[in-house]
Amino acid sequence: MLAYFLKRLLYTIPIALGVTLISFILVYIAPGDPLNAIAPPDATADVIAALKTQYGLDRPLPVRYGLWLMRAVQGDLGASIASGRPVASEVGAAVGNTLVLAGVAALVGVLMGCVLGALAGYDAGGVVDRIATVLSVVGVSVPHYWLGLVLTIVFSVKLGWLPAMGAGPGGSAEWTWDIEHLRHLVLPAATLAVIPMGIVTRTVRALVAETLQQEFVVALRARGLGSVAIFRHVAWNASPTVLAVAGLQVGYLMGGSILVETVFAWPGTGFLLNTAIFQRDIPLLQGIILVLCLFFVALNLVVDLVQPLIDPRMARA
Amino acid sequence: MTDPDATPIAGLPTLPLDRPRLTIAKRAGRHGIASRLLRDPVAIVSGLVLIAIVGSACAAPWLGLDDPYRTSMLRRLMPVGSPGHLLGTDELGRDMAARLILGGRASLLLGVMPVAIAFFVGTSIGLFAGYVGGRINMAIMRTLDVFYAFPSVLLAVAIAGALGPGMNNSIIALTLVFVPQVVRVAESVTTQVRKLDYIDAARMSGAGALSIIRVHVLGNVLGPVFVYATGLVSVCLILGSGLSFLGLGVKPPEPEWGLMLNTLRSAIYREPWVAALPGVMIFATSIAFNLLADSVRSAMDVRR
Repeated sequence: MLAYFLKRLLYTIPIALGVTLISFILVYIAPGDPLNAIAPPDATADVIAALKTQYGLDRPLPVRYGLWLMRAVQGDLGASIASGRPVASEVGAAVGNTLVLAGVAALVGVLMGCVLGALAGYDAGGVVDRIATVLSVVGVSVPHYWLGLVLTIVFSVKLGWLPAMGAGPGGSAEWTWDIEHLRHLVLPAATLAVIPMGIVTRTVRALVAETLQQEFVVALRARGLGSVAIFRHVAWNASPTVLAVAGLQVGYLMGGSILVETVFAWPGTGFLLNTAIFQRDIPLLQGIILVLCLFFVALNLVVDLVQPLIDPRMARA
Repeated sequence: MTDPDATPIAGLPTLPLDRPRLTIAKRAGRHGIASRLLRDPVAIVSGLVLIAIVGSACAAPWLGLDDPYRTSMLRRLMPVGSPGHLLGTDELGRDMAARLILGGRASLLLGVMPVAIAFFVGTSIGLFAGYVGGRINMAIMRTLDVFYAFPSVLLAVAIAGALGPGMNNSIIALTLVFVPQVVRVAESVTTQVRKLDYIDAARMSGAGALSIIRVHVLGNVLGPVFVYATGLVSVCLILGSGLSFLGLGVKPPEPEWGLMLNTLRSAIYREPWVAALPGVMIFATSIAFNLLADSVRSAMDVRR
C-alpha cells in the first residue's frame, strides 16, 4: 500500500511538469510575435532588442521554459497584457468563484446521479430504470450552454423568479454565502449539474445492477440481512468507481464551466478566460490554463489515493 | 480496396488457414450488424433524424430556401410561425430556417471532422505503440498521459484560444483533444491482440510486422476503436459548437449553430424561442448520434 502511494505521488511529478510545458508552449503556438503586444508600433530596432533582452526573448526556448517555470513555482505568472496586473492575483480571485459554482454543481449532480442510478439499478428493466436511462442520455447529449439559455428564458425571462446574470446583486464579483448570492447561483449550478448527473447515473446504475446479481448478495440475503444492510454492502462496493468517476467529473466541471460562466456572466475563470482570448492576453490565458490543470492533476491524485483506502485491491493492480 | 490475399507475406507461401476465414467472418459480421441495427427501433429513428439533418444541410442550395445572408432591418426578430419565415428571423432579419439548415454544414463538420482525423491518426499511433510494445510504447503512452491531465473543454479552448479564431484552428484543437483518447483505446486492444497465439504463428511463418498488423491486428482493433469514436462525435459536436459559441470557431456572418446561439443571446427577452432554436438543432443531432452510437455498440457486441 505504501509503495503504491509513493509510486502514485512520484508519477504526479512528470505529469505536472508536462502540464506546465504545454501551458508554456501555448504562448508560442499563438500567431504573431509576442513582442508586438509589448512594444509600441513605432519602436526602433534598438528598443526592440532591449525589450527582447529584458523579457528574455533572446534566449533559447528551453532556458526560457526553465526561467518561466522557476517564477511560476514561486507564484509569479507574469503580468496580464490587457490590465497590467499580476496574472496570479487575477486568476486567484476568479478561481474562488469557479470553485463555488463547480463545487455546488458537482455536489448536486453527483448526489442526484447516485440516487437516480441506485433506484434504476434496483429496478433494472423497470419504469424507473427507463426514466433514469432517458435522463442520463439527455444529460450527456445536451449542449449545456444551450440548457443554460433555456433555463434563463424559463426562470428569468418568463417567470421572473431568478436573476439571469452575475454572481450577486449589482454585478458583484465577490462571493458570499447569503441568500441574494445563492439566488444567483441556482441557474448556473443547475445547468452545470446536469453533466455529472448523466454520467454518474449511468455508472451507478450499471454498478448496482451488477452487484445485486453477485453471489455474495444472495449469501447475505440467505443469512437473513435486511434490505438496508444489503444496500450498505452494495453501496460500499460501488463507491470506489463512483468516487473515480465523480472526481473526474469535478475536474471536467472546472473546465466545462467556461461555457456556462459565459452564458451567466459568472465572474469565474471561464469568464476570465473568455476575456483573455478576446483581448489576445496570452499570459493570462496561460496562467488560467496552468492553474486549472494543476488543480485537475491534484484532484486525480486525491481520487487515486483515496480509492485504495476503500478497496485495497486497487493498490495491488 | 485491394484483395489482401494478393499480397505475398515476406516471401514465404502464406498459410491458407486463417486469412480466407477472416474475410468470411468479417463479411458475416458486417451483415449481422446491419440487420441487427435495422431491427432496433431506436437506431432507425436516430438514423432517420441524422439523415434528415445531414441531408438537408448538404442539399440546402436546392431546397428553395430564403437567402441566409440577406439582412433586413424591417424583418428583425420575427416570431416562430410568421408567414414566409416559418421559424422566424434572427437579430439581423435573416431567415432562421435557411440559417439553421445551412448552419448544419459547419456544425456537422466541426463534430465529425476532428473525430475522423483523430480516428486515423490515433489508430495509427495506437497500433504502432501497442505492436512495438516495450519502452517505445511506455514513452508514447506516458507522453499522452499529459494530455489526459487536461479537461477536454479546457484543452480545446486553450489551443483554439492560442491559435486564434477560425474553423481550421477549431478543428485542429478538437483533433488534439481526441487523438490521445483514441490512441489509448487502440493501444490497449492492440496489446491484447498481440499476445494471442495466432500472431506468434504468423510471425513464425515469416510474416513481416506490417503484414501482421494489416492482416491480423487491424481487423480486430478497428471495431472497438470505431465504436469508441462514434461515441465521441456527439461530444465533439457539442464542444465544436461550444467553441463557436465562445467566438472561437466559425466567423460571422457564416451560419453555424453555436455562433447563432451566441449572436441571438441578446434577443432572449424579445423572441426567446427563436433564440433557443439553434440549440435545439445541436441537441437533436447530438442525442441522435449518442443513441445511434449506443445501438452500434450493442449490435457489435458479439457476446449478446
